[in-house]
Amino acid sequence: MAPTDVAAHDGPAHPVNPRITNDFSIQVATVNGSGSQTANLVLLRSLFQMGVPVSGKNMFPSNIAGLPTWYTIRANKDGYVGRKKEIDFLVAMNIETAKEDVLALEAGAAVLYDEPLKLSTVRDDLVFYAVPFDKIVAQVCHDAKLRRLVKNMIYDGVLSKLLNIDLGEMEHALRRQMGKKTKAIELNLAALEAGFAFAEQNLIKRDPYWVERMNKTTGMILVEGNAAAAMGCMMAGVTVISWYPITPSSSLPESLISYMKKYRVDKETGKATFAIVQAEDEIAAIGMVVGAGWAGARAMTSTSGPGISLMGEFAGLAYYAEVPGVIFDIQRVGPSTGLPTRTAQGDILQVATLSHGDTKQMMLIPASVEECYEMAMAAFDLAERFQTLVFVMSDLDLGMNTWMSNTFTYPERPLDRGKLLDDTTIERIGEWGRYRDVDGDGIPYRTIPGTGGPAYFTRGSGHNERGQYSERPDDYVNNMERLARKFESAREYVPKPILAGDLDSDIAIVGYGSSHWAIEESRDQLLREAGASTAYMRLRAYPFTEELEAFIDHHQRIYVVEQNRDAQMLSLMRLALSAERGAKLRKVLHYNGLPIDARSITDEILAQEGITPQKRAATAALVGEK
Amino acid sequence: MAVTTPEPAKKTNRIGLEPTLYRGGKTTLCAGCGHNAISERIIDAFYEMGINPKNVIKLSGIGCSSKSPAYFLGTSHGFNSVHGRMPSVGTGAVLANGTLIAIGVSGDGDTGAIGIGQFVHLMRRNVPMIYIIEDNGCYGLTKGQFSPTADVGSKLKTGVVNDLTPIDTCALAIELGASFVARSFSGDKKQLLAILKASLSHRGTALIDVLSPCVTFNDHEGSTKSYAYAKDHDEPVGEVSFVPFFEDISIE
Repeated sequence: MAPTDVAAHDGPAHPVNPRITNDFSIQVATVNGSGSQTANLVLLRSLFQMGVPVSGKNMFPSNIAGLPTWYTIRANKDGYVGRKKEIDFLVAMNIETAKEDVLALEAGAAVLYDEPLKLSTVRDDLVFYAVPFDKIVAQVCHDAKLRRLVKNMIYDGVLSKLLNIDLGEMEHALRRQMGKKTKAIELNLAALEAGFAFAEQNLIKRDPYWVERMNKTTGMILVEGNAAAAMGCMMAGVTVISWYPITPSSSLPESLISYMKKYRVDKETGKATFAIVQAEDEIAAIGMVVGAGWAGARAMTSTSGPGISLMGEFAGLAYYAEVPGVIFDIQRVGPSTGLPTRTAQGDILQVATLSHGDTKQMMLIPASVEECYEMAMAAFDLAERFQTLVFVMSDLDLGMNTWMSNTFTYPERPLDRGKLLDDTTIERIGEWGRYRDVDGDGIPYRTIPGTGGPAYFTRGSGHNERGQYSERPDDYVNNMERLARKFESAREYVPKPILAGDLDSDIAIVGYGSSHWAIEESRDQLLREAGASTAYMRLRAYPFTEELEAFIDHHQRIYVVEQNRDAQMLSLMRLALSAERGAKLRKVLHYNGLPIDARSITDEILAQEGITPQKRAATAALVGEK
Repeated sequence: MAVTTPEPAKKTNRIGLEPTLYRGGKTTLCAGCGHNAISERIIDAFYEMGINPKNVIKLSGIGCSSKSPAYFLGTSHGFNSVHGRMPSVGTGAVLANGTLIAIGVSGDGDTGAIGIGQFVHLMRRNVPMIYIIEDNGCYGLTKGQFSPTADVGSKLKTGVVNDLTPIDTCALAIELGASFVARSFSGDKKQLLAILKASLSHRGTALIDVLSPCVTFNDHEGSTKSYAYAKDHDEPVGEVSFVPFFEDISIE
């Protein structure tokens, strides 16, 4: 699984300057269920505490215990937090994958390994550090049953010494991670210190990687996208949540359960002001959302691709019957069994037209944990404003991995409950009809059951403006055109795309979601290695806004970067755009289950631009001279 | 000297509402359909119990039975949802607003086939709603195919004989711990009205399976869900009546 491609440079394999500071990736290869997550998060957090920009990505199997798992931490002084393809420092703890992992490394990389694995004979162009984990752990942990769990802290101690990561920061991170578990803290601290002491006494530093304190994480937090989204849902005033367990979505409702229990229980009565149901399946989950949204609640569910498929029928009804609701789609690779624990942006086309009949579903697409939080709030407002489902298209990489972020801001705007019929509206519009377009924006006024307003009967495709049963062709056409008009009106309300870069360049990139981080880094690579400056538009919603058309008109070759095989967003753009504009779009795809990386994007764009590695080297040299 | 007599007081129920507020749209079901009789009893029960229709939500799935909420309580919000999935919609609605009085109407196909999963979990959760199965043993709206409540040996109009054992929704509900289970017949006005009134006083899921003959596709010789069969096999084991709890009238 480890990366295999080689960075395109003609320079020496070993860097001239042997000291590489705050710019490397560490990959920890362990066995699933061996308790390595604590050690990995302590490592990540201690780097973060030292002010070094970091990101942590867990590559885990669909399994509870026994299969190989890899955790990659990237430290980068320039703030690149996308996945880096090349591994600089491997911690090899898993006998199953150790040899393959070592063979995949680039020359000059470092390997810290469990001594019995005897890896140093595999290659002679790497730096090896052998550590007798079992011997060390036996000295600090007398209870043999617990050794397996604290063993991993030893590599943290060794790395602390080898990479110059402050041991005090590690201890601080460990205490934070463990909370009040005194005995566990003691044991892990002992293992940490034993690892450090071993390295101090036995290992001679031969790799080029160093950590130095910086100040680039001041005021920031580390958080997973699913937790951030859950916070946003709570802030948005969600009161009905129904869900069915599915990776990689489950941690969103599970986080939400803990937040709601803590912050949304009436202090005086001790009663919950919300309802959370673990449904019998995703069909029931969305059914409850539709029922609750219809009855006036802010309601949501969270799922992933297979759940979205099951929700298709209800999604169509909600579109036709105009019922608000929020659905998080934490996208992953297609059907289980196989790669349900790997990331993808594979549900774009499915969600955009989810259901039978003519349907158009609104999508918000967060790229950061901060946007997971913000778009959760925006989604509820949009759902009620447009009386429709809003899908928040996150993914496994964003949802389950740990990201740096600015702190989240408390919402300032009041909730937008949309067009609810009240006395002043009745006075203004005269006769009310549930599906009448009074304001010309396609959005009708609704009433909520039990609040005293006039009643109506909700059903699927056959109804007239007044909500009465109708199979008349003209009623159907009028309604469908109004629904299209409503969708069109949403273009003014959804989050606008973000523009960046050289807006006069020929080359432009369109991206969305978690691909953003790799695209940003790739744009720097393109400039540095090939002198290619780029414009960049990051889409944040469907329907598309007018900015997209202007952007395409302004550039010659537009690379649409996405994490699926079939260029789903590009296809959706072509459906919405003129043929001339559509013809300018080119595919840059990444779909192996791992988060997209900058190198893959750069290589693909340069190949399509016809820029050979030789040309790139010449340009890079030129840029270097300047 | 002309004597003016005051207009006779309009008939109202105990909360002062007139019967028309409890009526619905004109039925589009077949003349003689058992479902229409059930709609009439629902109207009577809600009127007589003095339930404000503004606080009621009517829910259904898909099928002939599921059309019927449009034919009663016209001043209540209604939701004709998805085939077999009405329980989840009802669950969401009552979670959104716990003061709503929910009545769901389903059919034997809507409940026993496509909706058996949601039916099971509705019973298990004891969601506060009345859940009526208008049970005619066949799919009316798609022209008379057998449903899972059709009895072994019963015959379609086309002569096809059912060779599968039926699902007994009441027995299933009891097994699942349902808190109110009843079975009645659309042709038994008195009994059905009493059961409906009782269900309105129940906090939790009230399952009422009502044998409701399909006059078009399942009312012939050989059917076990016909009017004739129901009447022949109706063996009253006791009088069903319901005395609601209303506040005492006290005179000083």
